[in-house]
Amino acid sequence: MKRHPVLASVAIFTIGMLYLPLIGVAIFSVNSARYGWVWKEFTFKWYISLFSNEYILEAAKNTFVLAIVSTAVSTVLGTLLAIGITQFPWKKRTESALDLLLHFPVVIPDIVMAGSLVVVFAILRAYSGIFEPGMATMIIGHITFQIAFVALIVRSRLVAIGTDLLEAGRDLYANNWYIMRKVMLPLLLPGIVAGSMLAFTLSLDDFVISFFTSGPTSQTLPIYIYSAVRRGVTPQIHALSTVIVLVTVVLVVLAERFSRKK
Amino acid sequence: MKNERILWHGEMTTANALRRRGSSFLSSGTFWLLAFLILPSLIFIALSFAERGVYGEVIWRFTLENYKRLLGFSTFGWTPDYLLILGRSVVVAGVTTLIAVLLSYPLTFYIASRPKRTRFIWLTILIVPFWTNMVIRTYAWILLMSPELPFAKLAAFLKLIPDGTSLYPGAFAVYVGMITTYLPFLALPLYASVERMDWTLVEAAQDLYASKFKIFTQAILPQTAPGLTVGIILTLVPAMATFVVPDLLGGAKYMLVGNLIQQQFSTSRDWPFGAAISMALMLLTLLSMRLYRRKGTKVDIA
Repeated sequence: MKRHPVLASVAIFTIGMLYLPLIGVAIFSVNSARYGWVWKEFTFKWYISLFSNEYILEAAKNTFVLAIVSTAVSTVLGTLLAIGITQFPWKKRTESALDLLLHFPVVIPDIVMAGSLVVVFAILRAYSGIFEPGMATMIIGHITFQIAFVALIVRSRLVAIGTDLLEAGRDLYANNWYIMRKVMLPLLLPGIVAGSMLAFTLSLDDFVISFFTSGPTSQTLPIYIYSAVRRGVTPQIHALSTVIVLVTVVLVVLAERFSRKK
Repeated sequence: MKNERILWHGEMTTANALRRRGSSFLSSGTFWLLAFLILPSLIFIALSFAERGVYGEVIWRFTLENYKRLLGFSTFGWTPDYLLILGRSVVVAGVTTLIAVLLSYPLTFYIASRPKRTRFIWLTILIVPFWTNMVIRTYAWILLMSPELPFAKLAAFLKLIPDGTSLYPGAFAVYVGMITTYLPFLALPLYASVERMDWTLVEAAQDLYASKFKIFTQAILPQTAPGLTVGIILTLVPAMATFVVPDLLGGAKYMLVGNLIQQQFSTSRDWPFGAAISMALMLLTLLSMRLYRRKGTKVDIA
């Protein structure tokens, strides 16, 4: 394809639009002016005060605890689900029902899912005394939308692997457990890792489900930023946003490196 | 059912044994999804036909009141307020998707025309903002549209807005926020199709003196349709349901259906009405998916 100046300028403009907000925030995070958007002088003071703000540190801790716990659970459940659907001779009806179950969380708008979780938690709370809005309910909400994504990715990997190697293992008199451990799991691992990485980022990125299911003591970073914007922003938010963007970039690059080795 | 011995993946076993083993794999995941996804959804549907008590509690008595209210019927006669919000959500999501399509074609063609090595870098560049939290990106636009910065100054200079005011809140800000938030959802699946495109067909069309428009509709569009279809659905569905972007950039007058639902669960504390609005949103979502699914391929994110 030959070079096309219009094509290139539209492409650069679009990429620029995506980066403009991130760059803007980064510039303002090192501006010492507290009010207004006028440039005063270069400073790192917002970064320093950021790391002594206990609310922000607490929110950061919550964000990561939430992401790690929900990813761990949803990876196990999603993988089991994917194996269960693909490797056994289900009737067509059962299979399409399971297929529907997996695609449902992908297409349902997150705000609808969040609303229905709020209602169900309220009902469960009335009868059981647990399910107070907080970390536990947030984790349940995250696992619920993560499972499907993990299962879909692992399933596509399973289909790609096929059954030849499993049958070869069987011919060599390996038992179920041995085939599972020595044949299936190693072959599936890249799929499981990819699925769990997606689940992890979905959790870090989520705002809506967390916002609906969180309690007063379980803020995450997105919730903290959202409420800070509504309260009136301090430049600490700029520093916080910049740190999050940088951490994200590092995570993306690491993930890319990791998956390219496979 | 007879319990015959069958050969399954090289193993001599019985259908019952396989079914038992398969169920043990499936049970935990399906139980979870039934308990926290299917059951809540069913309760939610039932809730949309329930009544709201005086203190915001739910009274489980069947009524169509919520849906009537959504359609605009109240004790004071008919007002199209809620229908307007629904319509506006469809328009905003539709326009966002359309502009995202118009921007994504040049973008993906540009990336696809780079040498193979740099293509990977361009894709990473495209993905990084997408992995940054949406609340942060939306907030960043508030910052950039403030009165002292060049964008608002330029708009004021062109007499588009009064001097010394910001570019938000309003429709313009919502569209900018929406497009930059949802564009990667469209560009990435589209890119997958563009990269696999057979360019000899385009060359053949050029050899036959087809107009630029004809080349696009006859040689390019059919080849990129699968990616475009997936991209449109991935953009349209979340764009219709969003509440962060209009909430932060739209101001009180620019309400979309997502904000309306959120309001019912917070300030108004009217869960049954919130559930009814959610049902309307689900209906719109399913309709838009149906529309595109008929034409294109099956949606598969994996």
